[in-house]
Amino acid sequence: MTATRDKFGRPIVVVTGMGVATSLGAGKEDNWAKLTAGESGIRTITRFPVDGMKTTMAGTIDFVPVEPFSSTDLSEKLGEMVTEEAIAQANIGSKGDFPGPLFLAVAPVEVEWPQRQLIAKAAGANSDINYDTLLRVAGGGQFVQYHRRFLFGSVADHLADTFGTKGSPISLSTACASGATAIQLGVEAIRRGEADAALCVATDGSVNPEALIRFSLLSALSTHNDPPEKAVRPFAKNRDGFVMAEGAGALVLESLEAATARGAKILGIVAGCGELADSFHRTRSSPDGKPIIGCVNNALVDAGLTSDQIDYINAHGTGTPENDKMEYLGISSVFGERAKEIPVSSNKSMVGHTLSAAGAVEAVFSLLTLAHQRIPPTINYDVPDPAIPFDVVPNTARDARVTAVMSNSFGFGGQNASLILTGEPV
Amino acid sequence: MAETRPMTSEPVEAWITGIGLATSLGEGPDAHWDALNNKRINVDETGFAPNIVHPLAPVSYDAQIPKKGDQRQMEAWQRIGTYAAGLALDSAGVKGNKDILSKMDMIVAAGGGERDLAVDSGILNSDGYGAATPGLLNEKLLNDLRPTLFLAQLSNLLAGNIAIVHGVTGSSRTFMGEEAAGVDAARIALARIASGQSDIALIGAAHNGERKDLLLLYEFDDFNLKNKFETVWARENNSGFALGSAGAFLVIESKAHAEARGAKPLARLKSVVADHARRKTPGEVTTVLQKLWSQLGAKNDAAIITGATGAEPVTSEERAFLKDHADVAIRGTGTLFGHTLETQFPLGLGLAALAISRGAMFPPNDSTGLEIEKSGKPTQIVVIGAGHWRGEGMALVEAIS
Repeated sequence: MTATRDKFGRPIVVVTGMGVATSLGAGKEDNWAKLTAGESGIRTITRFPVDGMKTTMAGTIDFVPVEPFSSTDLSEKLGEMVTEEAIAQANIGSKGDFPGPLFLAVAPVEVEWPQRQLIAKAAGANSDINYDTLLRVAGGGQFVQYHRRFLFGSVADHLADTFGTKGSPISLSTACASGATAIQLGVEAIRRGEADAALCVATDGSVNPEALIRFSLLSALSTHNDPPEKAVRPFAKNRDGFVMAEGAGALVLESLEAATARGAKILGIVAGCGELADSFHRTRSSPDGKPIIGCVNNALVDAGLTSDQIDYINAHGTGTPENDKMEYLGISSVFGERAKEIPVSSNKSMVGHTLSAAGAVEAVFSLLTLAHQRIPPTINYDVPDPAIPFDVVPNTARDARVTAVMSNSFGFGGQNASLILTGEPV
Repeated sequence: MAETRPMTSEPVEAWITGIGLATSLGEGPDAHWDALNNKRINVDETGFAPNIVHPLAPVSYDAQIPKKGDQRQMEAWQRIGTYAAGLALDSAGVKGNKDILSKMDMIVAAGGGERDLAVDSGILNSDGYGAATPGLLNEKLLNDLRPTLFLAQLSNLLAGNIAIVHGVTGSSRTFMGEEAAGVDAARIALARIASGQSDIALIGAAHNGERKDLLLLYEFDDFNLKNKFETVWARENNSGFALGSAGAFLVIESKAHAEARGAKPLARLKSVVADHARRKTPGEVTTVLQKLWSQLGAKNDAAIITGATGAEPVTSEERAFLKDHADVAIRGTGTLFGHTLETQFPLGLGLAALAISRGAMFPPNDSTGLEIEKSGKPTQIVVIGAGHWRGEGMALVEAIS
């Protein structure tokens, strides 16, 4: 009989279903083919005029129509797509009846410009429009759908209804670590024995003018607009920022015991999760790297592994000068000399930074790396940065023996989360 | 913190050892206890007329957020929350204790998105009233948005600011989703402590109700209470809620952790349960509340502090549930503090812990007779949160005898 508990006596948590969508396409097959071919999903934005913008490209998902556009509507559609894919693969529960809770990483929600402008138009005023004007026409039922749409819980509400998850669905944000946090919450619920299965979804459809400008004003975005597919350059000396992107990832987690009992195919193990907050600055990491080091160590301790048992790191690797430097500091402090040898690649070089979704999208790619024993490259790596002597798997995918992957996510607000994924129980 | 301990078989007992409240009634336990016992309510019927709000009582932010630079980096909702979180840490006696704070878990329930109304209005006015030239929106946003505003809008930056200002860094998780987020913050923190995954947690939320952009969101379905203030139980013919401003945080920790550092408990947090009624047919919320009560393990004579909103139909459904508890003390925080969305449930928990620590329930404040006078020491208080649109939750707060 296989042990269903880990060395700490906790239920082993396995993945039995995965779904993914990025600017490369919909679904695991398409994404994996393009990811390992080193293709970029970054393109010049056509969704809205980019006049005056310093950054004019993004990893938009244009194959999912949303009219009139709202980021929350797109997030919801992407979340639904990847959840369908994950549940179909897991073949769990029955239609509209998922036997566990939902943990959803989603971008903060607010009324967006197309909708705000429609309300202003309905006011019929042609001068002095302000929030009092909007408030005067907002009620009476004409815009009741905007209440439903722009509640923070609205995407989770829809997914919970559609897939019949159990209990109170949790919507969460830990900024760019959100996807990893959603998975961590699912792992913890299963380890506590509260649930045999959990649905962990992360979705982000944030490419709208105001969001782009917000990041741009923080000087966080790449301005390598031409050609757009060369924009994201993680760990390269000529990196100059991240590129906003859309995407979603979903994982069906189960206890090994429950998955085995129903004869489910096991796609991988979530062996460990780590987190640690940074109190240094709202957008920058502590210069000593301690919170990142602590986070990575927490994940290793949680998994009961040592760093030399990790054989691939799926980096946060945003391509901002600051992140990549700090990530090297953190990894090299934990991995020592091995930091120069262990493959460390950034999916974001191809799909861009899917923000709230990134942790889950990259967990799916990490599990595919384990399944295919092939490491996706870091593309656009033409000018190595001598200060970051990682083996970034430059430009071309590589076959390798991979048994344990560390996937890192770091975000604004001092958010750090790391996952350790393995092919077999450890 | 890393969870490498085996799962415990018996749930670990959890205590509430600190509360931090900053609301329309003031700040701190004494000011709240006085206001509640004097039946004081603070509403503003004119500033946002015809909408009614419960404005934040003046607070001296410097006392908990000493750096002006930090205050400037936050919008009001973050300042309120960071302030209230500081009060809770003070109350628990862990303020500045780096050893504990660096291992303390944090779950914040947050909305966000505080808008710059002047910028928005400027754009709408230059918009050609629907016939905008391409790129005009870009130009205005590029020129007029403050670069740091984004950080004041991000939901997880309340937690981020608490980490920066108070040094809580064990973990940082932000739950979103209106009222339910506040329930789930408490539920997950307790579950982690009860199972040995965590020893101590800071949980809570903050809400700035004095915001026209938020009023707009609730106006879409006519949820804003207008014209004349009534208690939550007397709004059947003029349903809705008056937004309130409040920050409410709690320090929850395992009994063993509290005892080891000599901390005094205010109350025990026995259980937190939650559900998500689809609300497609009448009576679903009543049924879910009955189910949650049965899961809680409360005695039938437990007192009740509810965050009932005054919105319909959910308030009537909750009233139907409360008929089974007609002879206990029921207190509606919506009357006293307005509706503070994510904050309402942590606020209820804070008030329950306060009432238990003072050995009395505060007096009723209701014209309909639903809230009755009840003397004697409360030993159990059930906190109820039924969201205005979605989400139902309950917690059992107990006296430690």
